[in-house]
Amino acid sequence: MTVSGLSVEFDNHTVLDDISFAVRRDSTMAIIGPNGAGKSVLFRSLLNLIPYKGTVSWSEDTRIGYVPQKLAIDKELPLTVYEFLSFKEKSRDKILEVMGAVGFLKEANHIHNDTRVLKTRIGNLSGGELQRVLIAYALLGKPNVLLFDEPTAGVDIAGEETVYGLIHKLKADKDLTIIFISHELEVVNKYADSVLCLNKEKVCFGPPKTAIDKESLEKMYGEETHIYHHHDH
Amino acid sequence: MVLRRMSLVGDALSHVALPGIAVALAIGVNPMLGALLALTLAAVGIWYLSDHSEIYPEALVGIFFTASLAAGILITPEVELLEALFGDIDKIGPIDAIFTFIGAVTIFAVTMAVSKKLLLMVVSKDLAKSQKIKTSKIDLIYLLLVCGVVALGVKFLGTLLTGAMVIIPAVTAKNIAGNIKAYQILSVVLGTLATAAGILIASYFKFPSGPTIVLTAISFFIFSFVFKKR
Repeated sequence: MTVSGLSVEFDNHTVLDDISFAVRRDSTMAIIGPNGAGKSVLFRSLLNLIPYKGTVSWSEDTRIGYVPQKLAIDKELPLTVYEFLSFKEKSRDKILEVMGAVGFLKEANHIHNDTRVLKTRIGNLSGGELQRVLIAYALLGKPNVLLFDEPTAGVDIAGEETVYGLIHKLKADKDLTIIFISHELEVVNKYADSVLCLNKEKVCFGPPKTAIDKESLEKMYGEETHIYHHHDH
Repeated sequence: MVLRRMSLVGDALSHVALPGIAVALAIGVNPMLGALLALTLAAVGIWYLSDHSEIYPEALVGIFFTASLAAGILITPEVELLEALFGDIDKIGPIDAIFTFIGAVTIFAVTMAVSKKLLLMVVSKDLAKSQKIKTSKIDLIYLLLVCGVVALGVKFLGTLLTGAMVIIPAVTAKNIAGNIKAYQILSVVLGTLATAAGILIASYFKFPSGPTIVLTAISFFIFSFVFKKR
């Protein structure tokens, strides 16, 4: 995927300014930046959800699975997890397969990991459960690109490990390009092949070890970034 | 309408039918046709404005639809006004019945065809768009479906009460249904039951049919609410 000269404006207010980068097939890219840096806006442009200037070109055989950051789902919405997943896939076996991939198993030792969750209304899921269901949804339709908007947001510590572990496992299994938004440098260093630092404009781009230095951190977060850097989860 | 949190849009939309009915009566065509035309114009208007402008839809609905109601009351001949506002089941002839039947079957079929996409849009419009669903097109189809429902209902329940039957059976079903399939089936069953029971009660006590049907539906709602709270 190649992005060149991407700019986004809302009401004459520049949100993203002249962003260019490329992502290689089967690699993992992280997008980092402070709140309001335009990370989600960049995602929405890549997905063609909003108007933008510049070009975004994907490889022709691209099938994208998108995991949104959070969804405000009405608790009373009478839609079960199974019904939601069947919007995309008719086969019950395939639904069970992706549910298994995100850790919901038949007759699990704990209710949070059991396929009984399929009968739950999606509005009643916990943050972590919803995120796993959204990942399962993204995995249906055999995507070769996954876009994750802040995989950790709204997930407890134990669940957080599962989400990144899962990303790692998925990649090992097949040809899969992953682009994820994060603000945790540890995670970026551990899992990403390349990183795009964003603060309305491109601050840095390249392998995390070399791209993320003192200068780029200061451009994103200001002077006090060493605190952020060593913040341990 | 209920799941998309647009219940009051459905209600207000039914008011738009009134000027259409009035004009149809004045030029001597079937009032249902007049209602359908006025509603279609309104739906396309809402669709266009919500897609192309920043106006807050609720305010738009409040202004535009009350204006239609006021204008409609002024131009509807006085002898027809009560019927246009509250409907009258006795005035429904065989042609209306055929028209209604064909319309209802069509609406049902189209609704079933787009329901997955519509529901996905309720969960997340972004998710729907990311799957290349043309959300704007689905929105228009959906609004036109609502117009169809209201146009078929106005002769029966009048422009003031038709909105009630768009909302109440669905809210009642939402109270008791645990999944979408149950919700869809219950909405239809409860709407049909309330209508049938309302007509029977109305004819027995010589009440007007429209308000009786709506109150019957409301009693189902209260029952479902108590049932849900237990």
